[in-house]
Amino acid sequence: MSETVVKLSDAAIRRQILADFWFYFRQNRGAVVGMWVFLGLVVLAVFAQVIAPHDPTQQYRDALLTPPFWQEGGRIEFLLGTDAVGRDMLSRLIHGAQYSLFIGVVVVSIALVGGIFVGLLAGFFGGWVDTVIMRIMDVILAFPSLLLALVLVAVLGPGLTNAMIAIAIVYQPHFARLTRAAVMGEKEREYVTAARVAGAGTMRLMFKTILPNCLAPLIVQATLSFSSAVLDSAALGFLGMGAQPPASEWGTMLAEAREFILRAWWVVTLPGLAILISVLAINLMGDGLRDALDPKLKRS
Amino acid sequence: MALLTIKNLTVRFATSTGAFTAVDGVDISVSPREVLAIVGESGSGKSVAMLAVMGLLPDTATVTADELIYDGHNLLTMSEAELRKLIGREITMIFQEPVASLNPSFTVGFQIEEVLRFNLGMNRKTAFARAVELFNAVGISEPETKLKAYPHQMSGGQCQRVMIAIAIASNPRLLIADEPTTALDVTIQRQILDLLMDLQEKHGMALILITHDMGVVAETADRVVVQYKGRKMEEADVLTLFENPQNSYTRALLSALPENATGDRLPTVADFMAAEAKP
Amino acid sequence: MIKFVFSKLMYLVPTFLGITIIAFGFVRILPGDPVLLMAGERGISPERHAELSALLGFDRPLWVQYFDFLGRLLQGDLGNSLVTNKPVMTEFLTLFPATVELGLVAILIATLIGVPVGVLAAIKRGSWFDQVSMTAALVGFSMPIFWWGLLLIIFFSGILGWTPVSGRISLMYYFPDVTGFMLIDSLLSGQKGAFASAISHLILPSVVLATIPLAVIARQTRSAMLEVLGEDYVRTARAKGMSPARVVGVHALRNAMIPVITTIGLQVGVLMAGAILTETIFSWPGIGKWMIDSISRRDYPVVQSGLLLIAGLVMVVNLLVDLTYGLINPRIRHK
Repeated sequence: MSETVVKLSDAAIRRQILADFWFYFRQNRGAVVGMWVFLGLVVLAVFAQVIAPHDPTQQYRDALLTPPFWQEGGRIEFLLGTDAVGRDMLSRLIHGAQYSLFIGVVVVSIALVGGIFVGLLAGFFGGWVDTVIMRIMDVILAFPSLLLALVLVAVLGPGLTNAMIAIAIVYQPHFARLTRAAVMGEKEREYVTAARVAGAGTMRLMFKTILPNCLAPLIVQATLSFSSAVLDSAALGFLGMGAQPPASEWGTMLAEAREFILRAWWVVTLPGLAILISVLAINLMGDGLRDALDPKLKRS
Repeated sequence: MALLTIKNLTVRFATSTGAFTAVDGVDISVSPREVLAIVGESGSGKSVAMLAVMGLLPDTATVTADELIYDGHNLLTMSEAELRKLIGREITMIFQEPVASLNPSFTVGFQIEEVLRFNLGMNRKTAFARAVELFNAVGISEPETKLKAYPHQMSGGQCQRVMIAIAIASNPRLLIADEPTTALDVTIQRQILDLLMDLQEKHGMALILITHDMGVVAETADRVVVQYKGRKMEEADVLTLFENPQNSYTRALLSALPENATGDRLPTVADFMAAEAKP
Repeated sequence: MIKFVFSKLMYLVPTFLGITIIAFGFVRILPGDPVLLMAGERGISPERHAELSALLGFDRPLWVQYFDFLGRLLQGDLGNSLVTNKPVMTEFLTLFPATVELGLVAILIATLIGVPVGVLAAIKRGSWFDQVSMTAALVGFSMPIFWWGLLLIIFFSGILGWTPVSGRISLMYYFPDVTGFMLIDSLLSGQKGAFASAISHLILPSVVLATIPLAVIARQTRSAMLEVLGEDYVRTARAKGMSPARVVGVHALRNAMIPVITTIGLQVGVLMAGAILTETIFSWPGIGKWMIDSISRRDYPVVQSGLLLIAGLVMVVNLLVDLTYGLINPRIRHK
């Protein structure tokens, strides 16, 4: 019985890679839990209009600062209580998921695309292009990210869009550095030389040949940046520089709640808890991703 | 009266894809002053077996044996503290990658004097003097200067000499050498081997030499154990093994030697096994 | 080694210039007239406008303004606050020690707890301690610290009444500012209960600020230790019959600490960002709070200079970390 070597099609190879990846990812229980929670959040965010029991901006004048339903004074129609102007906490929290996910996706997309582009240029061309680009990245990295984002927003004006742009700019150097390092590592390898000899042009070399092999660290950094973006935008919201009231962004909710910390614990605790759970879920997934994508680290 | 007796040694590793048996029911014994060569391909379990004896395997390994006796001491039932009185003193080991086997953050002098001070109770001055002696004995020139060097400042051959010096510092009765020359330059390999054999004779140590090089076996060993995929294939004294190998795997190994090559294609072990399988 | 130090120092200069350009550029990239912006909604008379423009140099070409700015910067002149009219440098130096005190205590807490936890988690890999501590670290690392601070205030100040809510020391104590560090000054003052008051004010903010660095350090230490414990030279140390305590504590730790010390140093940048939030919540009179207040009051000279000083500080710390790394990594120290 001889075994013939089966040549897999490209699609079959991709499926195999995915299956391998899933096998390793699954082994990390925390990562799987994180993934389910994250998917739950996505569902909440997408179907917020349908799921939320009330309109998040609707103020119920007769139910200011109502405690959650299990406490004395709580009402069943406001499961998690209401805030200082009578808005339902649960509905606001659910809509808050929309903000957080939106922010995460936008910030990471901008930072990723920009960072990859810049990193490819620097890594590929080397020389003075590399030096100049990396110096600029280093300068940005010298500023504590929140501070820089804060000043940027102060200059551009407070608001969600500006907050997202500011954070994305601040995260970009991380992606640029990673890409550049990966490109420099891959540039010297034989398969690149082979492609070049075969006549591949610069653009093709950059995007089709080298980039796919640098993806693993970028994906891990992307999840890290996603969770950081949620945290940083909440921080900006808390400082009054992010999404403005009456937006039901979790950080903004915390800013409004500050004066009630001793009187109404739920107005303060719940939004922060929502942030914590979301960020934790993403970080758990990120850990799992890193272990599954980096074969060196975890085996046996 | 054997110095080291191993009966039915089995080592299993817990891996993400299930249990892996690296050593499968191996029997080995070594007499005092004897040179035993354990030979086999990579993956035959020869290193793992010896690491198991020394207690140097990671927690993912399960070691079982019917007997694991050194000089009357039952290694299986001894406590960690008791084992540490033997390991590093009466039984020592040197490894394949000499530079990586030395701590990059400390001088080589620190690393050898550590053994002298902790295992032999010497004070600093005595330890230093003895270290110089040992360096001389292993052929390191300018020992006083070299003692202050860091491993990355020395060559592979020099580092292996340091490892040997550390290993003989406590006058061990058994020295286990795990592929000591594989990672070295061909020109240095000869020197290190000669040094090892020289020291073995001078100090009257038993030496277990793990190698995949049959040529080395022919030159140095008294007895030979052949291992393949975790199992012992054959055991014989060196002359018998070369002249009249009993096991087909042994014959395959011997026929794969470049010296035995006839024709234009060097036979591999797989070729030989396939040929033997045919009726 | 000398070459190493020299190249790191050389690297400082262009980065520092870059920082000054950004700090300088912030105010000027605002759309519209900067003087009008500073005047705010009040509006300004044309004569006053011309006066201010000339005073602040806005009527001159941009590159002249920049070199002017740079020149004054090198002499330590950062301009005056628009709100208090006092020199920015003076205000900075007054508030700086408060942040340093907070940051130092935070980093101390983070290191003294983080490193041992990381080492133990690595030694007992897979045990309940490992899993619990690393999960706790992940939670700490995922926490919005402004919320964490508020929670601790609710619990320790509100419910238990153990700690105060804000400030550095109880208002009933007054003593001269010798070092600017409340812990030291309160001891020096000799007043009864002053030191205790300083500590009780310091404890909650420093724990909050220490949370993220602690989590990061614990995780990094664990992974560095795990990597080192798998190295050949650790196996050699065991083969030499060294006790487990010595193998881990001397042979392994010495090498694992190299990347860990780098991590600790880099946390300073994280601390500065965290300080902004922590100082705001606890009304701690340091630079973080100063920056926030200045941003909302549009006190641009302060914002500009604050940015510069903080970034400069982070840069210097990063340089020190790099140099320290060169010192403790024997492969670089001994060429």
